[in-house]
Amino acid sequence: MIGMVSFGGGYAMLPLFERMVVVEHGWLSPSLFVDMIAIAQITPGPIAINSATFIGFQSAGVLGAAVATVSVVLIPVMLVAVVSHYAERFKESKAVKAILSGLRPALVGLIFSSVVSIAQSSYVDYKSPILFLIVMFLLWKVKLHPILVIVISGVLGFIVYY
Amino acid sequence: MQVRLTTLFFSFLKIGAFTFGGGYAMIPIFEREFVHRYRYLSQEEFNDVLAMVQSLPGVIAINFSVFIGLRLRKMKGALVSMIGVALPSFVIILVIANFFFRYVDHPVVEAVFKGVRISVVALIFTAGYKIFKTNRHLKAVFLAALTFALVFSVNVHPFFVIIGMGAFGYLLHLRNGVNSHGTV
Repeated sequence: MIGMVSFGGGYAMLPLFERMVVVEHGWLSPSLFVDMIAIAQITPGPIAINSATFIGFQSAGVLGAAVATVSVVLIPVMLVAVVSHYAERFKESKAVKAILSGLRPALVGLIFSSVVSIAQSSYVDYKSPILFLIVMFLLWKVKLHPILVIVISGVLGFIVYY
Repeated sequence: MQVRLTTLFFSFLKIGAFTFGGGYAMIPIFEREFVHRYRYLSQEEFNDVLAMVQSLPGVIAINFSVFIGLRLRKMKGALVSMIGVALPSFVIILVIANFFFRYVDHPVVEAVFKGVRISVVALIFTAGYKIFKTNRHLKAVFLAALTFALVFSVNVHPFFVIIGMGAFGYLLHLRNGVNSHGTV
């Protein structure tokens, strides 16, 4: 179900993942969900695949991981197979462009709603906003690689909270 | 030119194993491997595939591998490419998840992840802001705010919001037409 409506790559899937995994089924706690995103980010491979494997493993072991990974790609892959058959027509389709024109702004709203709920579960104490500013500075001004930023924030977390 | 299935498999396996940062990070690597190095696709074909993959739902890297696999070796190619690109993630995550759940309650792990979570917030915020920057028309900002309100305050399931917004885009198009950028 997530695979079917998840336009725009891994980050766009997160609000759906969160709703299903944290809110509806309770497979992961909110803070474990955020940890999972960090792990999906620092390991190689597509974020959605990494997340699906992680969630599947947590809720039903290795078999669960396999089922979750296959099902997140199943419908999109069938769509790709169909579309590549009609590639020329799809490319020019005004209807597809129109639907996407409504989806892109919706994605922005969805991603920001995940940001807020993830921020809530990541907030520990008054030090959290300070760490956030440091991380944003490293990411936007120093333009460090996201993986490096995650590693640095882990070190900061160790220094501040251990 | 017939591409060997094993070549296809190992090309995708390599990309899956060594590309950090998700699907978008893989796109330039796909381009280097398949257009410049092996010349399986022309630049133009590659751009076409990219455009189509981005307008379909799903995991970008997976869709990409299926598309290229299909083009080069039909169904068998698609299957081999897809497994190649997903297998490394699957195995690596299984190993990590196994360790993670064993040590998640350890105070050091807890402290480290208190810091790591902060950068996850920053990274996702940045990803959202990048998409937001591509279209700052009043209507788009309004739709984004509406989506945020529906999901966050009214607690509508994101699934229905996505379907609804797609339908809304289509209806707007029936009324006004879409400009060449495909923006509202």
